[in-house]
Amino acid sequence: MKLYLNYFLIHLKSCMQYKTSFFLTMIGQFLVSFNVFLGVWFMFDRFNTVKGFSFGECLLCFSIVLMAFTLAECFFRGFDAFSSMISNGQFDRILVRPRGLILQVLGQRIEFTRFGRFLQAIVMLIYSVSNSGISWDLPRALTVVSMIFGGTVVFASLFILYAGFCFFTIEGLEFMNIFTDGAREYGKYPVGIYGKGVLRFCTYVVPFALFQYYPFLYLIGQREEPWLGLLPLVGCVFVVPCLLFWRFGVSRYRSTGS
Amino acid sequence: MIEVEHLTKVYRVARRRAGFREALKALGKREYEEIRALNDISFSVPEGQIVGYIGPNGAGKSSTIKVLSGILTPDSGICRVNGYVPWKERKRYVREIGVVFGQRSQLWWDVPVIDSFELLRDIYAIEEASYRKTLDELTELLDLSELLRTPARQLSLGQRMRCEIAAALLHRPKLLFLDEPTIGLDAVSKLAVRHFIQEENRLHHTTVLLTTHDMQDIEALASRIILIGKGKVLMDGTFDDLRALDDTGELSLDELTARLYHRYGV
Repeated sequence: MKLYLNYFLIHLKSCMQYKTSFFLTMIGQFLVSFNVFLGVWFMFDRFNTVKGFSFGECLLCFSIVLMAFTLAECFFRGFDAFSSMISNGQFDRILVRPRGLILQVLGQRIEFTRFGRFLQAIVMLIYSVSNSGISWDLPRALTVVSMIFGGTVVFASLFILYAGFCFFTIEGLEFMNIFTDGAREYGKYPVGIYGKGVLRFCTYVVPFALFQYYPFLYLIGQREEPWLGLLPLVGCVFVVPCLLFWRFGVSRYRSTGS
Repeated sequence: MIEVEHLTKVYRVARRRAGFREALKALGKREYEEIRALNDISFSVPEGQIVGYIGPNGAGKSSTIKVLSGILTPDSGICRVNGYVPWKERKRYVREIGVVFGQRSQLWWDVPVIDSFELLRDIYAIEEASYRKTLDELTELLDLSELLRTPARQLSLGQRMRCEIAAALLHRPKLLFLDEPTIGLDAVSKLAVRHFIQEENRLHHTTVLLTTHDMQDIEALASRIILIGKGKVLMDGTFDDLRALDDTGELSLDELTARLYHRYGV
């Protein structure tokens, strides 16, 4: 953990070498996701509800997903640049350092510019929590925390999975973005509205629904069972196969060298 | 120090002939060709020796370095370095080695070199006192005092290579792998790097395995030459053995090397 902090500091120093670029990107990031907010807002301006969810409810759902995604992106996006780490030999360098591989990969790239998005996620979360019309109590507050935590873990797992694929193919991994950036976009609305098939996929294959849909139903009072708030923690199990896949990739890399 | 016996490594490389039709065929069933990067390599290096590991491009030099530094797992063969099997006990083993890849930087590009050094100190968990001592010594020997505060991207190639070598030695490894450390350097920097490697070896008894295409590096540094070609050890001897090939007495080093390669058919 201390080492990660040191990586963090060296990136901060790097960024501050390019002041203007740092602030511009940060503002840019903020505006990009603010757009998404406007999109949701215009839609509800016209329709009022989507499949029984009100504007305030959807906004809460989106802000939670955005928060989880942003956290995962801030800390785990090192995996996103992983294919270039393999092709330029940085990964060889990582292998000759006496530290855990995952920690080092994460430390290679920390995105400060995402803090613009982070800031926005916080603002939106506060706004949507106070405007959702939900009567807050302790279990519900804890549910929000567990949703954000579970979501962060699921997104982080996807980044690890993505990196694992890099050991087998360098190109053509864009499809993975359906699950990461795509999920953030679709996550604007509770996944239930996309139909049964999508919901099943998001429950049993990639557990988006476990940290978004089911606990969300509990939050807004459509379902009453408080244990739904624990489902995001179940979703965290998703990290296990992803890590195993990553390890398998590492051992293959070390036996083929490509 | 290093003991390598019957080391073998085979790569499978997808091959196809030119042409669109062949490309289509390759989409379905691929033909693989096996390339023996390392073919039954054996040698041993005692502690404190500087070994020049030479051979033409694609001979297997980098593969050997990768196996010895624990990056690659070989297909068969025994390899013990410092009592470790490199690819098995990676974390403990790599504490005792330093690696410099001449063509790639290990310094953080945008920050002053000293920041990179301090991060390496944390990665290797070097004690502050011994870090200070090592840094002072390296700064003096490699003449780094002016460079430490400069961002790596603003250093010239020669300056950067001096910093790279220092970075690889901060944790005082017993064994140093240098993969083409003088590539692209001007005469002054080359001499500085060579002189430093000699000093490091003399002062700390560091074992050095050096790959290079610059025979002057070998002449200046290596007490022993291992020639490798097509994955096999072709010659294991001294610089004098190389000189002995010169029957006219007026061949340049590069001509001598070309003659050596020719003799072994690589």
